[in-house]
Amino acid sequence: MPLLNHIWIILALPLAGAAINGLLGKTWPKSIVNTVAVGSVSLAFLSVAELVREFFTLTPDQIPFVGNYFTWMTAGPFTIDFALQVDQLTVVMLLVVSFVGMLIHIYSTGYMAYEDGYYRFFSYLNLFMFFMLTLVLGANLIVMFVGWEGVGLCSYLLIGFYFLKKSAADAGKKAFIVTRLGDLGFTVGILLAFWTFSSLNFHDMFAKVSAMPSETMQHSGVLTAICVLLFIGAIGKSAQLPLYVWLPDAMEGPTPVSALIHAATMVTAGVYMVARMNPLFSRSPLAMLIVAIVGAVTAFYSATIGLVQTDIKKVLAYSTVSQLGYMFLGCGVGVYAAGIFHLMTHAFFKGLLFLAAGSVIHAVGGEQDMRKMGGLRKQIPVTYWTMLIGTLAIAGVPGFSGFFSKDEILDAAGSGPHANLTLWILGLAGAGLTSFYMFRLFFLTFFGESRYDHHKVHPHESPKNMTVPLMILALLSLGGGWVAAPHLVGGTDHFEAFLHPVFAAYAPQTAGIEQGVSLAGSAGESGGIAPSPALELFHAITGPPVIVALAGFLMAWWFYIRKSEVPEKLATSLHGPYELLLNKYWVDELYAAVFVRPLLWISTNVLWHVVDEGIIDGIVNGVARVARESGGQVRELQSGNTRSYATWVVVGAVGFTVLLLALLGMAVH
Amino acid sequence: MSVVPISYYLVLSAVLFGLGAVAVVFKRNIITIFMAIELMLNAVNLAFVAFARAHGQLDGLVYVFFVIVVAAAEATVGLAIVITIMHNRQTLNVERVNLLKF
Repeated sequence: MPLLNHIWIILALPLAGAAINGLLGKTWPKSIVNTVAVGSVSLAFLSVAELVREFFTLTPDQIPFVGNYFTWMTAGPFTIDFALQVDQLTVVMLLVVSFVGMLIHIYSTGYMAYEDGYYRFFSYLNLFMFFMLTLVLGANLIVMFVGWEGVGLCSYLLIGFYFLKKSAADAGKKAFIVTRLGDLGFTVGILLAFWTFSSLNFHDMFAKVSAMPSETMQHSGVLTAICVLLFIGAIGKSAQLPLYVWLPDAMEGPTPVSALIHAATMVTAGVYMVARMNPLFSRSPLAMLIVAIVGAVTAFYSATIGLVQTDIKKVLAYSTVSQLGYMFLGCGVGVYAAGIFHLMTHAFFKGLLFLAAGSVIHAVGGEQDMRKMGGLRKQIPVTYWTMLIGTLAIAGVPGFSGFFSKDEILDAAGSGPHANLTLWILGLAGAGLTSFYMFRLFFLTFFGESRYDHHKVHPHESPKNMTVPLMILALLSLGGGWVAAPHLVGGTDHFEAFLHPVFAAYAPQTAGIEQGVSLAGSAGESGGIAPSPALELFHAITGPPVIVALAGFLMAWWFYIRKSEVPEKLATSLHGPYELLLNKYWVDELYAAVFVRPLLWISTNVLWHVVDEGIIDGIVNGVARVARESGGQVRELQSGNTRSYATWVVVGAVGFTVLLLALLGMAVH
Repeated sequence: MSVVPISYYLVLSAVLFGLGAVAVVFKRNIITIFMAIELMLNAVNLAFVAFARAHGQLDGLVYVFFVIVVAAAEATVGLAIVITIMHNRQTLNVERVNLLKF
């Protein structure tokens, strides 16, 4: 098992790429920077592939496979090892991260070809891959936290990539500061976890927690506290209510960055974390409910904002927030595997949608406003077809990957053991809205008459290094969900069956129901008489999620193809709600008024003018003034008058003599 | 022949030393200050010789030789400096040689 014994190689490759390009790449031609960046990530992907191959040769008792490299820090009973672990969940995440990451690196070589700071971009992107893989591979909360913060750093650097533009620099800061709020909760959660389990290794923690009883809704204890605190971290990192505000602004970064960091990988870190900590969450019904509520409300809420946005990337950003909400909803209703499944399919189709949007933006010369696009179907056929697949996948059309994963989540929210009618309705409504805004985006971009300036803009298809990743991701968006397909006809959901050990190993043993949840996938639907496969299939593809998706599509078609004057009329007649959505519920303004401005006022008027200028500067300047003024007095002694020096010498000699005599006199007596 | 007590020598030495010190502080002519310093050195020599005689030891005499040698060397360097000052400033008044200050 050459690679399982050297898991660190997977981390070392992108780190080396980042270091080489970052330190030396400035003067290199783009082809060499490309080779280093894409090469290191491709090698990392190949290593992951080899790792996965070796992983399948392990026996179940060898999983999770832990590689412990060195003791990182020791303080009394507190020991942190730099340890990496591989289990089924890690394998899924590794494959998604390294493969999508590799495709987006390739795409970037086309998209960024004419940008300045080329080496810097790829250095950051490689560094991001390093931290993301660290996050996924970490075998304890601290190593995971290093990755967690590292991806935040890279996110900041890449959002602010065009740092000369004020809005980009501000967006970078906003992302960093808002996620920092969540990380405060995460850090306290880690401390509380250490206080409770006296270890931060996943293995030790889970072993201890499985000996603990499940908490109940009425009597929530320390487990709930840990889960909620950790989840606050996830809220920040995965852009959920109420900390989602940074993600739409993060679209200031280059589009490949939006695809990789702010859609496919980094923002899903929160979902991964919740799934990783499933033994804790499963024992805290209150924490689960909070996760589910936050997820469902976010899924619906941000979908409504997405309805009226006109910036193509902003629509996708709100859509990402909404889809992350579904993943949390899945985790919150106990189907972690479905949440991770949606994470994977979302990485494919949302990565695809962002890259396709980038290709559209590329084609129309940097324009992001959909009102200035239109009719691009003929000019950029590859982008058109791949984006169609992405749109169908996210809308949840049967057969496409998004259908399988979203259906599983909504199914569990509607009829699972943690089912909740309100959350199910929210999720369902969100699915309808998703379908509407995605087809709206699609129609506005590719159909209708062209609204761009024909004298300036000559749409052209993107180069091969951009279209090939699009096609590969389209293929995955189309086929990525079929691993779960047998589930529809009562068979095995291969994806869930694969992840089953991760979520079953430490599942609470108290009630048969909860056991049933995790087994439901492999054992088929529980319930009296098993319906015939055909009937089940029929129910699945005509279920409520599909109906609302169809309704969303028809609405979008009616509004933007058939009667394109309707949206304007509606905007006028429903002026209030329209303005509310267009201005994103004025949440940014609210936060500015409630948090930002008071903080700025205190910082300016108290911390700056009083504490900094008054106290701190006062002390420093005071010390300097004392030294200067006393020095000014003393230097008068050096008058240049030789006779005064002679006088001081004599005075000194006499003084010492007197002192000596006095001391002698004292010694004699 | 009566022996002169050591205190006589010491008093004489102290008086000479004091006169020298006063002259160093109050005179303005560099040459005069020089002479006053020589006077102080010789006052010290006198005290050394008196102690050497009183204790019947040679240590004090050795010191005296050293002082004489150093005084000679000092006179050489000092007079060279005096000549240079005279050459550059056309004065021997220490009050007017005061540029090296804060």
